[in-house]
Amino acid sequence: MSVMLEARGLTKEFKGFVAVNRVDLRVEKGSIHALIGPNGAGKTTCFNLLTKFLQPTSGTITYDGRDITRLAPAEIARLGLVRSFQISAVFPELSVLQNVRVALQRKRGESYDFWRSEAFLRRYDDEARHHINEVGLSDFTDHRAAELSYGRKRALEIAATLALDPDMLLLDEPMAGMAQADVERISALIRRVAVNRTILMVEHNLSVVANLSDRITVLARGEILAEGDYATVSKNPDVIDAYIGAGHA
Amino acid sequence: MMVSEATGMSKLHMAIFAVLLAFLVALPFFVYPVFAMKVMCFALFAAAFNLLLGFGGLLSFGHAAYFGGASYVAAHAAKVWGLTPELAVLCGTAAAAVLGLVIGSLAIRRQGIYFAMVTLAFAQMIYFLALQLPFTGGEDGLQSVPRGRLFGIFSLQDSLPLYFFVLAVTLGGILFLYRVVHSPFGQVLKAIRENEPRAISLGYDVNRYKLMVFVLSATFAGLAGAVKSQVFQLASLTDVHWSMSGEVVLMALLGGMGTIFGPLVGAAIVVSMQNYFATFGAWVTVMQGVIFVLGVLLFREGLIGVLSRWLKRPL
Repeated sequence: MSVMLEARGLTKEFKGFVAVNRVDLRVEKGSIHALIGPNGAGKTTCFNLLTKFLQPTSGTITYDGRDITRLAPAEIARLGLVRSFQISAVFPELSVLQNVRVALQRKRGESYDFWRSEAFLRRYDDEARHHINEVGLSDFTDHRAAELSYGRKRALEIAATLALDPDMLLLDEPMAGMAQADVERISALIRRVAVNRTILMVEHNLSVVANLSDRITVLARGEILAEGDYATVSKNPDVIDAYIGAGHA
Repeated sequence: MMVSEATGMSKLHMAIFAVLLAFLVALPFFVYPVFAMKVMCFALFAAAFNLLLGFGGLLSFGHAAYFGGASYVAAHAAKVWGLTPELAVLCGTAAAAVLGLVIGSLAIRRQGIYFAMVTLAFAQMIYFLALQLPFTGGEDGLQSVPRGRLFGIFSLQDSLPLYFFVLAVTLGGILFLYRVVHSPFGQVLKAIRENEPRAISLGYDVNRYKLMVFVLSATFAGLAGAVKSQVFQLASLTDVHWSMSGEVVLMALLGGMGTIFGPLVGAAIVVSMQNYFATFGAWVTVMQGVIFVLGVLLFREGLIGVLSRWLKRPL
């Protein structure tokens, strides 16, 4: 299998504090890869480095054979590497339909047209409805996004992300703060979305990603502690130690 | 909400604009035309400012630079170069666009209060230039600007023809701004205002959108200032003073920022107060302050903002 996203010697220092220290990460094409670790392990920093929301102090990142270390976050999104956010990222005052249309209209490139009527965007309605239907929100198409429940906002975010038809998704704690029923729904959705795509997700708990990921990388104190499938990682004494040491089983 | 394919306007908004047009056509026969023209110029100014604040989410505290800068350039073009009114207005507007491009490209690198401070700092520089440059007339400003002939044909000497020229330009500008808000570009703008990191993650270069809306806003603020200089035959330091930047914030907030008709109502209220309370002298500013404080306390979303919430319709 070929490598989709690769980080080499990825390091981020904040005024003398090393948050991420020489991390090497390889995400294989078509796999679901999880990056886990206890609080303060540097997961979020690592995630922000990979999505270019932060610049690394040193190290390189390649995506699909291309060096993206110096690119802007919007540029990598246009290359097909799209991220999600921990707090559900929707446009609250826009309707569900408009939320998805904003994603669709970016690809077509008439988004700078300030002289054109908004009615022009209706050509994307059918495609937008298709994506909304996919995540089970068709009853809410004309609702404002702000009115949706937490789980539904997450689903809407995924619909908008899928509208971009990305090759790779980076998910930032997709299950954070979710009820069990929602966790199962989103897990199923992620599995469905993963077909023909590569996914890297950051999670806090090992158990959540157990049945979902092909490969797990455990991060602790900014460094890689262990890597492998769930069976290997969950039995690793260092991993157990790191989680118990940080107060989590 | 049903939106017409041709105009991109909802029926309600079309009706409001039609009533507004009828009202404005009749207005000069009932009130002093120069006063009505002043209101229209400020309505356009406030609408342009609101495009940036209400829809772009960017608070500029230096919009007097574009309004006043354009009024100086338009006055100079009409008086010294002897250009016809429409060309003079065009010169002023173009100057504001260029100024907006230069200041905007520097200001959008900062956010929030820092953005506001950068815009204010540049506006103060423009004020200084207006005071010191040889062609601006210093403290006196540029006076007795000739009204000239529109397209070299129609005399704007009388206030009625001038009124209809001003009506066409300002209402046209306001309709254009309406279109910008309700365009594919406007849609992205709202998305950026709502959640900037998410807009970035969808692949939008948010700084390009911010710069574009900044330039559009500065351009139409300039159009308003340029027209005003033709109406009053004057460009003065008042137009570039920082208090003018504050006044336009007041108009937008009082009427309702992020609404279509709010800034127009806000401008009408503020200009009317200045006009009809003029006999109270310096007390006008105190009264303005009281009304502003009451407005913010009672109607945080502005008059039209509150009305829009009651009617559950965007206005």
